[in-house]
Amino acid sequence: MRWPSRRIGLLVGGAFLALFIVVPFIGLHVPWVLPGTLDIVNSTGTLEVLALCFMFAGVAVGYDMMFGYTGLMSLGPVLFFATGTYVFDIALTRWEWALLPALLLTLGVSLALAVVLGAVALRVHGIAFAMVTLAFAQAFYFLVESNPHNLTAGDTGLSLSYTRLPSFLSGAVSNTRNLYWIALAFLVIAYAVVWLVTESVTGRVFVAIRENERRLDVLGVRPFRFKLVSFVVSSLIATGGGVVYILVIGTAVPSVVASTTVTLSILIMVVLGGAGTRWGAVVGAMVYVYLQQYLDKVGAEPSFTRLPAVLRVPLSEPQFLLGAIFVLFVLFAPGGIASLVVRHRSRRALGAPALSSLIRKV
Amino acid sequence: MNIFLVLTFSGVALGAIYFLAASGLSLIYGLMDVLNFAHGLFMTLGAYAGYEVATRLPSSLGAPTLIVLAIIGATLGGGLAAGITELVLIRPLYGKPISQILITIGLDLAVVGLLMGGFGSTALQIPVPLWLIEPTHIGGVFIPNANFLAIGGGAVVLLGLEWFLSRTRYGIIIRAGVENREMVRALGIDVGRAFTLVFVIGGAMAGLAGILYTIVFTGDLVSPSQGDSLLIFAFIVVVIGGLGSIRGSAVAALVVALLQEYTSFYIGGHSGWAQIGDLSTVLLLAVVLELRPRGLFGRVA
Amino acid sequence: MTNAIEINDLHVTIAGSHILQGVSLIVPSGGVTAILGRNGVGKTTTLRAILGLVASSGQIKVFDHEVSSWPTHRIVRLGIGYVPEDRDVFSGLTVEENLRLAESGAEVQYDEVFSLFPELKKRGRQRAGTLSGGQQQMLSIARALLNNRPLLLVDEPSKGLAPKIVGEFAGVLERAAEHSTVLLVEQNLSVVKRLAQRIVVLDHGEVVHRGEARDLDDPTLVRQLLGVTGAA
Repeated sequence: MRWPSRRIGLLVGGAFLALFIVVPFIGLHVPWVLPGTLDIVNSTGTLEVLALCFMFAGVAVGYDMMFGYTGLMSLGPVLFFATGTYVFDIALTRWEWALLPALLLTLGVSLALAVVLGAVALRVHGIAFAMVTLAFAQAFYFLVESNPHNLTAGDTGLSLSYTRLPSFLSGAVSNTRNLYWIALAFLVIAYAVVWLVTESVTGRVFVAIRENERRLDVLGVRPFRFKLVSFVVSSLIATGGGVVYILVIGTAVPSVVASTTVTLSILIMVVLGGAGTRWGAVVGAMVYVYLQQYLDKVGAEPSFTRLPAVLRVPLSEPQFLLGAIFVLFVLFAPGGIASLVVRHRSRRALGAPALSSLIRKV
Repeated sequence: MNIFLVLTFSGVALGAIYFLAASGLSLIYGLMDVLNFAHGLFMTLGAYAGYEVATRLPSSLGAPTLIVLAIIGATLGGGLAAGITELVLIRPLYGKPISQILITIGLDLAVVGLLMGGFGSTALQIPVPLWLIEPTHIGGVFIPNANFLAIGGGAVVLLGLEWFLSRTRYGIIIRAGVENREMVRALGIDVGRAFTLVFVIGGAMAGLAGILYTIVFTGDLVSPSQGDSLLIFAFIVVVIGGLGSIRGSAVAALVVALLQEYTSFYIGGHSGWAQIGDLSTVLLLAVVLELRPRGLFGRVA
Repeated sequence: MTNAIEINDLHVTIAGSHILQGVSLIVPSGGVTAILGRNGVGKTTTLRAILGLVASSGQIKVFDHEVSSWPTHRIVRLGIGYVPEDRDVFSGLTVEENLRLAESGAEVQYDEVFSLFPELKKRGRQRAGTLSGGQQQMLSIARALLNNRPLLLVDEPSKGLAPKIVGEFAGVLERAAEHSTVLLVEQNLSVVKRLAQRIVVLDHGEVVHRGEARDLDDPTLVRQLLGVTGAA
């Protein structure tokens, strides 16, 4: 099978986008696709699940730019995701700011954090970088949990106050479709940003860094600032995801939005879909979030509880199934879903001549 | 002063557990470049193995015998789990360090999920002898006896590990491999066996850490994700101590644990920042990395 | 058995750079074969490919075994002693521990090694990292000679050492070559002339010359192949 041309990719992506845009108007009943009460396509529950899918897909594609393209295995994306949920939530709920200032503050805080923490963490390489980012994210988690000045509400969780939000976003059920479109718009924006960056000269330097950072040093390019750009842009996208999350879900609980589990989920989504492919990360995230929700619901079905314990126990634990699926992928399809759909696609590596011509452009 | 002494004992006990968890992590990383996310799982599995031993054997054996058997069971259980992990999941991925990390993440997720399904997410209680609950009177304060168990366990393992690494052929292979794996191969040595061995040793220490943590700090309760919360601190200890260094892990484990105990009591107790102790360990990590990016005892690459 | 090593169309690519581009060479049993060439032409990579330390494509035969898919330790156990480019002694281990690690099988010749390098016996308890460059090279060579291997791969033993020490090592290798086959990578032409019978010259990942060591007496050829004058 040939790698489909860019045009085919664009067509497929465009078709899905068009479909997802009109989903809220489709009242079809589709049994089995989503179990329980979610089998009606435009029910509130379904739209919420899909909104979560889009939100994580956007965050995942941002992470893919840093991990898949630049080769930086940060274990700290949750820090920026949680920055998005908490700063936005606190500004709206505790300080009663309006939507726009709250959003700007959130992005500003995230930008500052990303630049400072990125600059510190990027002093070390490889696994040490992964550990340092993990530790920073964990510090943020401890901070959120300890509820400083009663800002975050700690383990109880901080609910978003909708009073300061425009009416089309307030928590009413009828507005779910607006939130759904916002989540979809976030995914489109995140994808577009990542597409623009990775297709530019900067993006090609990212790939060169992943392939062989030392050689760039030899050629006189300082990889540091490129890595920082990758880290910061990816972090801002994660923050955007956090904002969308709190709008859709309405409550921020540390163990759900700030713990390492979120980081690992994002990492798994990207690898599951296929790191370094962009669309793979989107597919991986959608599949992951969908499965998570689906398995959770299936496990509670009455037909399920009649199974013998040997089957019922593992099959009713989404975490077990997702972990096991992931293990199988890492072992047998390390290129993720993308590599199953499109075989024999060589990762974009740069040979020496391409690299030196690239360096002249930089 | 009295409280200081109590905090010190409990800090050293916590440090001993961090050391048990971190030294295996550090050796595995040093030798194989594998950042083992399943290490928390090995701790948890150790604790569950201990629980199974302590509750399934006839109670007529007596609580002291049972707890000793439970500790042995936890150590063996952790080692066994780690050995199987290395052979089945890590070995096929040699030469792909990122995939190795990813697979340990997946394994941790899957098995913790399985534990939640099998044992329920509520904690289970390990029966312990009365002696472990009672305190000993030292210098005007009462120190829980469980602290001594952890400190003793940590010390014995530290000495044993030092002996193993400096006196036995496999120990020398491991030390040499941490320095330069390729050259060990070029001497005709099958490093793969050392990999499995290091995993087994690391897993056994993690299993021991898991049950000691349960006995000393969680009120004898075992829960599916307890290892994962310890893992974060083990990572911090490993980075501060220097990847691949046993002595570094030992020193860093003590420093981190004592800092955590002191700050959470002296600062957290007053200002209401309950997590300040945990937070301080990360700040320490940032400071150490700023001053010595390779950690306290890190090898020069 | 006529040839110790036969390499055919060997290619190595490291991080996108095509380092070896179809190297073919034969190392006959006995004596010293030297690989020469400028810095970065792939001499060290050739040795590392033989040992399976870098991924390669093409054929590599060691003592008539096709080893290109074997793990390093199995190749080495065919009877190879390796002296790597930068000594690569284990600096955190003592001299004794370094040697102990190199032991393989029962025929360990500590007496011979210590008679060649009495210094190492004296410094048994010293950490290898605290040895001088020359002493580290002694240890590295001692490690390769300890087991009486039929094939020695020696990578630039003279690098960074004083001429007097270089002469000493050349003498040791000369004696080793009496009963082992030696494949030597070396830039120091006087060492090559003293030890080698056959030479192979690499340039840009390819073999550009195969011949006798006496070819190096021709200054034009030397300049053409190595870009240096033959007066070493």
